[in-house]
Amino acid sequence: MTATVPPKAPTFLGLPTAPRGVGHLRGDQSFPDAARGALRDGQLRANLGHATSTIRGKRAKVVDELPDWAQLREAGRALKAATMARLDEHLEELERQVTARGGVVHWARDANEANEIVTRLVQATGTTEVVKVKSMATQEIGLNEALEAAGLDVFETDLAELIVQLGEDKPSHILVPAIHKNRAEIREIFARTIPGVDPDLTDDPRQLAMAARTHLRERFLRARVAVSGANFAVAETGTLTVVESEGNGRMCLTLPETLITVMGIEKVVPTWRDLEVFLQLLPRSSTGERMNPYTSTWAGVTPGDGPQEFHLVLLDNGRTAVLADEVGREALHCIRCSACLNVCPVYERAGGHSYGSVYPGPIGAVLSPMLTGVEDNASLPFASSLCGACYDVCPVAIDIPSILVHLRGEHVEAQERPTAEAVAFRGLAKVMSHPRLWHLAQRASRLGRLIARGRPTLPNALPPPVSGWTRSRDLPTPPKETFVESWVREHGS
Amino acid sequence: MSARDEVLSRVRQALGADRTTPDEVVRDYRLTDGRPAGDPELLELLVDRVEDYRATVLRCSPAEVGATVRAALDQGLGAGWAAGDVVVAPGLAGDWRPTGCDVDDDRPAVQLADRAASVTAVAVAIAETGTLVLDGSPACGRRALSLLPDCLVCVVTADQVVGSVPEGLARLDPLRPLTMVSGPSATSDIELQRVEGVHGPRTLLVVLAG
Repeated sequence: MTATVPPKAPTFLGLPTAPRGVGHLRGDQSFPDAARGALRDGQLRANLGHATSTIRGKRAKVVDELPDWAQLREAGRALKAATMARLDEHLEELERQVTARGGVVHWARDANEANEIVTRLVQATGTTEVVKVKSMATQEIGLNEALEAAGLDVFETDLAELIVQLGEDKPSHILVPAIHKNRAEIREIFARTIPGVDPDLTDDPRQLAMAARTHLRERFLRARVAVSGANFAVAETGTLTVVESEGNGRMCLTLPETLITVMGIEKVVPTWRDLEVFLQLLPRSSTGERMNPYTSTWAGVTPGDGPQEFHLVLLDNGRTAVLADEVGREALHCIRCSACLNVCPVYERAGGHSYGSVYPGPIGAVLSPMLTGVEDNASLPFASSLCGACYDVCPVAIDIPSILVHLRGEHVEAQERPTAEAVAFRGLAKVMSHPRLWHLAQRASRLGRLIARGRPTLPNALPPPVSGWTRSRDLPTPPKETFVESWVREHGS
Repeated sequence: MSARDEVLSRVRQALGADRTTPDEVVRDYRLTDGRPAGDPELLELLVDRVEDYRATVLRCSPAEVGATVRAALDQGLGAGWAAGDVVVAPGLAGDWRPTGCDVDDDRPAVQLADRAASVTAVAVAIAETGTLVLDGSPACGRRALSLLPDCLVCVVTADQVVGSVPEGLARLDPLRPLTMVSGPSATSDIELQRVEGVHGPRTLLVVLAG
């Protein structure tokens, strides 16, 4: 926590983006700088390579099983587009329905306001302990830090989130936040941080999961307040939905007296029937299962069953700025399955931490810069080879490559002074439009052969400004003769 | 301006005065499986999918449910379990209940953690995904009942088994608290290796009647 007030975050078409100084949407390094360290970490690359290839195989198998996957995907895309076009009306309907069933709806302009609301609601119950269901929205706004600053104890209950919390680490994947850790590393964290843990604990995943069960069991049974996110909220009925695997979600949604759900405004769907599409698309894309072990739905408060006090916090935090971008608004369709992370060659090598945001991978490379304003995450739209694998697997067909290109353009246009790249391209344009200059330049480039000393690429330690290009790309050694020269040699002029 | 009014006004500003009308949503995916509820092939499919999650299915005729529930408890708890270890949903059919078992009432939910097993009915079962849905009705019980005891026995009747997710959701009331159960609780958080049994029941047994 810093005492200084951070400068205000930029606006997009007059709409405020997510504020600076709170939450986890901005890294302290650019992507290439952060990735350099990750790329040198052989253990990390082995862990990621193993995990992403496993999940890719599982997803492909269960997606191929459905003869109507393409139709479901198109319906998912169309449903999200239709929802966004009437987002204000659906949110008002959701508020009416939740309120009618005994829930209380709160609205938060940004992370600070959401954190204040949740802190106030928890404090009003008189308890000092909060159990949490894994939620991207609460990670995004830094809710745990805000609650802890208010003197409250926060317990993450998802196994991977628990590993991250106990290891004082950061999540690196949307679905499996501890994907960067292997079993031996997790065993070490548990042995060091869980009080009274069996000293003979091995690194068998079953034993590690049982250690987490024992550690959290008492907490669930005595918890009085839980905080969750939501995967979907049905406007017409006020039905909230949480999709999970371990049962920690059910514990939090069922046992405490008070439930506080923090949800991005884009998670609303118009009708109950729409879930027939998303409950097929999400589990198969996410964990590669036909259905996840547990899906819970609830509408307001049910007497005699579950929390008797329910609060829903609807969060903007830059989402309306994303909505204002006609090309980029598609990123709000994301259902957080993480399939795009698992197929991305850049994510697989650089890992989630390199993105500096809780939203890593291809979807993070478009969503984070739009939530914060492009200039606050300017390197992310470039953290992609534009290969398009993310678009192919996205269950709601978000055209991530096109949004990446769109954001690159925005970043270039936002520059007030000419960049080295702009100067270089202007020079190149001049050379390429004068044949004499072009031939001279081509001959001059042959000097590169001296530096290459017979290798197929130039060394990556060239002096600036060339290093700006070569530090993340291979520059091929120039050929002995140019195309024109060889043509003249073989065919005459 | 209140936060509510401000967020809604931002949404309207973002969409603009001439907001585009998006394409109509075409539902040309499979709305039905084609086979009627309870079709023998659907029952086979349900068994296959539930067992794929490493849950156990016991099949029986409608008249044998009571005995099969007891056999399921033998498997889940080991022979020699006491009737008092088992708590059943208050609306569970009388002849499905083990004699002398505990019946859930309005005790504090956390007290259900003291029981070794629970027995409930379901509202619907979806064959294609191996999903059982409990809807908080008296026969299914409140949500904590199917959560806290470590062994869960669910009784499914043939007429409750539909083929696809759309057919399953159409039979449900979204105003009730619903729990969709697909196998025992599980995690894949460590090296994406699936481990069954974390916080929810570690053992799931399904009695399929019909």
